[in-house]
Amino acid sequence: MKLNVNGEDRDFDGDPNMPLLWVLRDHLSLSGTKFGCGIAQCGACTVHLNGKAARSCSVLAAEAQGMKITTIEGVSAGHRLLVAWVKHDVPQCGYCQSGQIMQAAALLAEKPKPTDADIDAAMSGNICRCGTYRRIKAAIKDAAGVA
Amino acid sequence: MSERKFGEGAQPSPVLTRRRLVLGGSLLGGALVVGYAATNFGAVAAGALSVGAVDVNPGVFGPFIKIDEAGWVTVVNRYQEMGQGTHAGLAAIVAEELDADWEMVRFESAPANAAVYRDVTMGIQGTGASHAIAGSWNQLRQAGAAARAMFVQAAARKWGLPVDSIGVRNGVVYHLASQRSATFVDLLADAAKIAPPEHPKLKDPKDYKLIGTEIVRRKDSQSKSNGTELYTQDVRLPDMLVAMVAHPSHFGGKLGSLDMGAARKVPGVVDVFEIARGVAVVAKDTWSARLGRDALKINWDDAKAETRSSDELRALYREIAKGKTDVTGAAFQTKGKVDDAFDGELFEASFDFPYLANAPMEPMNCVASVDGRRVKLTFAAQIQTVDQINCALAAITLPGMVEIETLPAGGSFGRRGTLTSDYIVECVNIARHVGGGRPVKLVWTREDDMSSGYYRPMAHHKVSIKCDEGGLPIAWRHNIVSQAIVPFGANELPTHGVKNSPYLSVASVVDARIFTPKLAVPPGLWRSVGNSQSAMVMEHTVDLLARRAQRDPAEYRRAIFTKVGNVRKLAVLDLVCKKAGWGGPLDAGWARGLAIHECFGTVVAQVAEVSVLGGNLRVRRVVCAVDCGMAIAPNQIAAQIEGGVCFGLGAALYGRITLDHGIPQETNFDAYRVLRMDEAPAVETHIVPSKKTPTGIGEPGVPPIAPAVANALLSLTGRPTSSLPFVI
Repeated sequence: MKLNVNGEDRDFDGDPNMPLLWVLRDHLSLSGTKFGCGIAQCGACTVHLNGKAARSCSVLAAEAQGMKITTIEGVSAGHRLLVAWVKHDVPQCGYCQSGQIMQAAALLAEKPKPTDADIDAAMSGNICRCGTYRRIKAAIKDAAGVA
Repeated sequence: MSERKFGEGAQPSPVLTRRRLVLGGSLLGGALVVGYAATNFGAVAAGALSVGAVDVNPGVFGPFIKIDEAGWVTVVNRYQEMGQGTHAGLAAIVAEELDADWEMVRFESAPANAAVYRDVTMGIQGTGASHAIAGSWNQLRQAGAAARAMFVQAAARKWGLPVDSIGVRNGVVYHLASQRSATFVDLLADAAKIAPPEHPKLKDPKDYKLIGTEIVRRKDSQSKSNGTELYTQDVRLPDMLVAMVAHPSHFGGKLGSLDMGAARKVPGVVDVFEIARGVAVVAKDTWSARLGRDALKINWDDAKAETRSSDELRALYREIAKGKTDVTGAAFQTKGKVDDAFDGELFEASFDFPYLANAPMEPMNCVASVDGRRVKLTFAAQIQTVDQINCALAAITLPGMVEIETLPAGGSFGRRGTLTSDYIVECVNIARHVGGGRPVKLVWTREDDMSSGYYRPMAHHKVSIKCDEGGLPIAWRHNIVSQAIVPFGANELPTHGVKNSPYLSVASVVDARIFTPKLAVPPGLWRSVGNSQSAMVMEHTVDLLARRAQRDPAEYRRAIFTKVGNVRKLAVLDLVCKKAGWGGPLDAGWARGLAIHECFGTVVAQVAEVSVLGGNLRVRRVVCAVDCGMAIAPNQIAAQIEGGVCFGLGAALYGRITLDHGIPQETNFDAYRVLRMDEAPAVETHIVPSKKTPTGIGEPGVPPIAPAVANALLSLTGRPTSSLPFVI
């Protein structure tokens, strides 16, 4: 099958029931999308499907066929969220952060000027065990230009 | 050219018997627990452990500093970077003394070699007890200052000027009067010919330009944001196989019968075989390994397994604490004559703590290859020397033949620091079976990780206290029931935070004991270790005592700290009260709770603002004061305190691993609830100015938050807390 990832059509001839997460990581060498829980509870594997945030551990390859898949590798280097993440020294262990950024990017695409409540609502499905939540929130607000 | 060889002089026998290795292991573990086991078994033993090791060429500036012709100053980090920001703090120490340009400073992980990279206090290479900065302070300052002196001397020779007239700033060596200057790169070849001074002059802290400033920031924020950071889970090597393991459902269970027929037929599965701790499935990719494992038909033999439930264990622990079982207590602090000290009216309280999983975001994993006696590991090693010993035993080779490439960890919180190297040995066993040096990546699912044990052990504390007329403790009896966290020594870890507490110091009679029942559930090191339980016990008890004496909790603590002369705690307490507005007005329905605790040499006080409006326990703000000695990287100190509060708060609110007939019930984040963004309080960190040797920061932020919340709840509701988590 063909999967459109970060604007490119990629061939995948494995199990169509393989979760998209493992297709990306093991077969397309896109390891920025992380495995955390496997049951859509932690958000470390968040990607965009047609611009909406989705947990790639719980989407099958066959289901992602025909959709525009965007991973952290597809986020441009100068993206305002990446800049804000570095400015605020958000990451600690860093393992959850690509999922956090994909979730935040989907939020800003939908709500360019989110309130604290919007951010909490959008981001509370993404776990960070290092507890960088307040820095994530500050970085999102910084990137969105809201105080 | 002066080439120094490290580990020279240690000429151990190349033949190590198994017995000696095991002995070495226990010494290591004992020494690992910094603070009470001052065993540094030193260069000879460290050299012995490195027999067969890949040579570490320390280079002209020693094993911690590399300077290349592009001008990069690379600081070699011998510790695990698991999020705690160690690399930035260590790099700042070197860069300060070297007067390097911070923008041109980077870091890399050290190879595993205890002869070169052991922690000077622990005597082994490993990360724990929040010790990276404290353990490096003298060594890295000297390394930086020595390198600086070499550049200064090189310039002095080149320019024919006295050494004293030459300065260094931002990687540029200069002579003001003659307007001459040269970069490190310009002087690199000449500096390499200078013998490093043995006792280089260190800076006066008042001249620091980097240490203690906001300039010191993480060096890995970019790679950890854009998805390019390489974790163990991301390792891909030519011909690599992926392994999953079916483990016994019970702790202490073993394989009964196995039918691997269906698993072998799963496309992508390469092999299925029995290993020490279960059944391994190796496959071409992760998903095939998973499907192969799902297809195994296994009956476990639970004859010797732990089959009790948490409720039964809790009841048993309470009986043990009362001295009603055959588990006897060992005294860990006694003072004065017990005689009639506990006669009359006593304050009594008891506390129950559940098992807790570390649950780092990256489930445990490891990449190993075994080629004859050569073992190569690529993973987030936390205690490299112990892992080398355990893997050498598994592969029947020498510790030095176990090469480790240390990667950053997607969190650990202690889980990667087991003294049995459980998942690492598992990976080595599989790679050894596969053989031929073919790399194998062991992948644990979240469920594997959370049901694997190495939990913060379940515990019960029972206190009986007699007070004087002012309400201060005069006799303190304290019984702790907890599995021993390490399988040797004096069971010290669970006593951390109780032993030598100022609240025991103020009493004239102390009778403190630890009871250590044996269970098949493996206990582990959970961020701050015994402190996360003892802080809850001590700080909540003290609030209850203050309330009983009708005294303000801050004033009550101040009286005790003053009496025992604990000036550090007094200063931290005063700072937190001032910054939190202690005693000042607060919105209706909200209350403040205070706690203060010393952990691994660092004192942290926290004031939490808590409400139970609408039946929901909310923590909106936590004000923290910290004395961690000299602050190297204030931004990262704040980050660790913020993270510590969230980690400790999530555990206090929700954290528990419940055993049902021995089987862990919470095996993923749906049932094992952790703190999420909408629950994360605003955390303010205030650092007590200090010129003392820096102490740790990775763990000390965790312990005070549970009692700070409990104390706020006490203030709101009048009800004490006797068990965690708060929310059932």
